[in-house]
Amino acid sequence: MAVEFTQNYFEIFGLPVDFQIDTSLLTERYRELQKTVHPDRYANASDRDRRLAVQQAANINEALNTLKLPLKRARYLLELNGVEFDDEKETTMDPEFLMEQMELREAVADVRKQDDPFASLNELMESINHKQSTMIARLQELISTQEYEAAKMQVQKLQFLEKLIFECESLEQDLADAL
Amino acid sequence: MAYSEKVIDHYENPRNVGNMDKDDQDVGTGMVGAPACGDVMRLQIKVGEDGIIEDAKFKTYGCGSAIASSSLLTEWVKGKTLDEAAEIKNTEIAEELELPPVKIHCSVLAEDAIKAAITDYKGKHDQEEKKSA
Repeated sequence: MAVEFTQNYFEIFGLPVDFQIDTSLLTERYRELQKTVHPDRYANASDRDRRLAVQQAANINEALNTLKLPLKRARYLLELNGVEFDDEKETTMDPEFLMEQMELREAVADVRKQDDPFASLNELMESINHKQSTMIARLQELISTQEYEAAKMQVQKLQFLEKLIFECESLEQDLADAL
Repeated sequence: MAYSEKVIDHYENPRNVGNMDKDDQDVGTGMVGAPACGDVMRLQIKVGEDGIIEDAKFKTYGCGSAIASSSLLTEWVKGKTLDEAAEIKNTEIAEELELPPVKIHCSVLAEDAIKAAITDYKGKHDQEEKKSA
């Protein structure tokens, strides 16, 4: 199976260009492809072919890393459809959403003060995870109806949630370490 | 990455951290967020009858540069008129704090926050004028 550099990441794995993908098929195709470009197969090949195989292996890894995570996959898919992300300059201004994020971050910061920090953190994480699933389902809808600008905003909001979840996880680790 | 001494100073001793009543007619609230890093910033101003910013408060969940940018900005806007405050540029904040290029977006966030706070305050007063008219 040859990998063309002009193929997009979905095409590399022979998957339909869609937000919803079969992740077990993705992993399976990834393994097959990595075998075809494995350096052992190129031990006696020309320098040029060997170099090409290394580049292809890197491309396949990048493709897998992009597609396996829902947010990265969504971003990539939107970019394929002409949506531009300018992370350095774009600030999100949906005040209600940000207010909620602020409150959630405050709640995470207050966890340590609670009688049972683990229980309150768990409760908080459950509600955040639930929120995240709901938002991903909505993102799926927006992509399937080709409302790409709205989908972009949804991706950006989900990036805040990712950060929030990261904060929760570090706190959980800190709490566990302090036991 | 090394933070400048000014960033560290604001990070360790942030000025004007706090919360104002966002429903207060004299208070303007600016909420902004940077999707790239998930930072969220709230900047609030209290405006006197003479149109001068009497007080400013912030709360930022983010990196040292974002905290320092908003902390510095609250110091700068006090005593300024709304128009003067709106003219503060992110480049001035970045320069003062000696932010490296990868952290410039933190100063952009602070500039957007003060603009949003001013817009919020003006929005409240436009409505008031309409009511009294």
